[in-house]
Amino acid sequence: MSSIQDRVIGIIAEQSGLEPSDVSLDSTPEDLGIDSLGLVESIFAIEEAFDIAVPFNANEPEKSEFDISSVRSIIAGIERLLAEQS
Amino acid sequence: MKRVVITGAGTINALGHDVPATLESMREGRCGIGELEFRDVERLSIRIGAQVKGYDPEVRFNRQQLALYDRFTQFTLIAAREAIGQAGLEFKGELAARAGVILGNSGGGMTTLDENYRSVYEEGKNRVHPFVVPKLMNNAAASHLSMEFNLKGPTFTVSTACASSNHAMAQAFQMVHGGITPVMVTGGSESMLCFGGVKAWEGLRVMSRDACRPFSANRNGMVQGEGAAIFVFEELERAKARGADILAEVVGFAMTSDASDIVMPSKQGAARAIEGALRDARVNRDEVGYINAHGTGTAANDKTECAAVADVFGPHADQLMISSTKSMHAHLIGATGAVELLACIMALRDGIIAPTIGYEEPDPECALDVVPNQAREARVEVALSNAFAFGGLNAVLALRRFA
Repeated sequence: MSSIQDRVIGIIAEQSGLEPSDVSLDSTPEDLGIDSLGLVESIFAIEEAFDIAVPFNANEPEKSEFDISSVRSIIAGIERLLAEQS
Repeated sequence: MKRVVITGAGTINALGHDVPATLESMREGRCGIGELEFRDVERLSIRIGAQVKGYDPEVRFNRQQLALYDRFTQFTLIAAREAIGQAGLEFKGELAARAGVILGNSGGGMTTLDENYRSVYEEGKNRVHPFVVPKLMNNAAASHLSMEFNLKGPTFTVSTACASSNHAMAQAFQMVHGGITPVMVTGGSESMLCFGGVKAWEGLRVMSRDACRPFSANRNGMVQGEGAAIFVFEELERAKARGADILAEVVGFAMTSDASDIVMPSKQGAARAIEGALRDARVNRDEVGYINAHGTGTAANDKTECAAVADVFGPHADQLMISSTKSMHAHLIGATGAVELLACIMALRDGIIAPTIGYEEPDPECALDVVPNQAREARVEVALSNAFAFGGLNAVLALRRFA
C-alpha cells in the first residue's frame, strides 16, 4: 500500500489533470488550478480514500481546522485525522 | 400592454402558517430556524433548518388527498386557498378557461422520493405505492392547484433552482401583461427537508451548522427552509372594476444567464438582471427604496450581490435598503422568491422593511444598508426582489406601491 503522501498526491493530480510528478508538497490548490468546486471534490475523494470526515466549510476555508493552504498541509491534516481516529 | 396587480397572497412557511403570521414574524425579526426533526437526522452533520412546525396534514386534507399530495403539494394548496380566498375570485366560464397556474419548484416530491428509495434500497422491499410518480413529479402541485380551483389556462412548473419562483412569477406577469389571460395564479413551493435532501446539500460544503447570517462578516453558509407562497396576478382594470383590494403592482422583470459557472455567482450576471428589471419596469434607479436580496449567507453570494447592487445603483446604493429575509425563513430554494415577495409587498403596502436578522459583524464587502436585526418603517415606492440561482440563472422582479 502506498504512503499517505503518494495517495494524496494521486488524488490531487487526478483532480487537477496533472501528472503526480508535477504536484509538489509546496503547491497550493491555486497553483494546481483547483477552484473552490474542485477543492470540495478533492476533499470528498480524500474522505472516501481514507474513510475519514474532513471538517471543511467552503464559506470560511481559512477558519477550518483543516488547513488546505498547500499539499503538505493537507497531508499533515489527514495524518492528524487518521491518528485521532485510531 | 396591460398593467398587472397582485390581488391575493397566501403562504405557509417556518415563520407562519398564513400571510399575517408570516409578516408579523418578519416585523418582529423572529427566526424560524431550529433543530431539524425527521428520520435519520442523527446521520447528518447539518442539523438545522426552517421547518414548518405545528402542522398536521390530516387537519387540512383527507386520506385520499394525502395519498396523492407530497408535502410540497400540501403547502401549495394551503397557500393557494389563502391567496385565492383573499382575491375573492371564483373560476368559471371564460375566466376559468383562460386563467392558469405557473409555479416554481426545484426538488419536486423530495420526501416521497426519499421515503420510497429508503423502502426499496434500505428495506429491500419490491413493491411501492401506486401513486409514487404522480406524487413526486414537479408539476404535481401546479396540477392539483388547477384541479382544486378549476384553472384551465396555461399551467406548468418552472425549475431553475433558487430562482424558480421568480422565473415563474415573471412568466405569469408576462402572460397577464401581454393580454393572454386576465388572471394567473403563481408563486412557488418546496419541501426538501428530509434525510436525502439535506444530505445532498451537505456534500457541497456550503451549509451553516449554526445560523444564516447574510451580509455579516462572520457568515458561514446557507440554511434550508421549506414552504410555499402563492399569489393572484390580475389585470389592473379588471381588479378595479370588481373592487378588489390591490396589494401591489408588478411593473417589470428581467432574466439573465451568467453562462460561466455552475455554482459560483457572477456580478455581471446579477447586475444585468437588476438593470434589466429597472429598464423593463421603466423605473429610475433613485425610485428604488428596497431590495429583497437573494442574500443566502454564503461568502460568495453576499459579496457578489452587494457589488452588483453598488454597480447598478452607483451613489443611490447607499440610500436604498437591502435585506435578506432568509435570515428568518431560511432558503426555500424553488419557493424562496415567492416567500420573499411577501417582504416586498409589506415594504410597499405597510411601509415596514423586514430586517436581516443574525447580523453581527460588518463586512466591508457588503457595505450597504442591510437593515440589521430590526425592522424599520419607511415609505417605499419601488421594491426589487433578487434571485440568483445555481447554474448562473438570475431573475429579478420589480414591484411598485399601488396608490
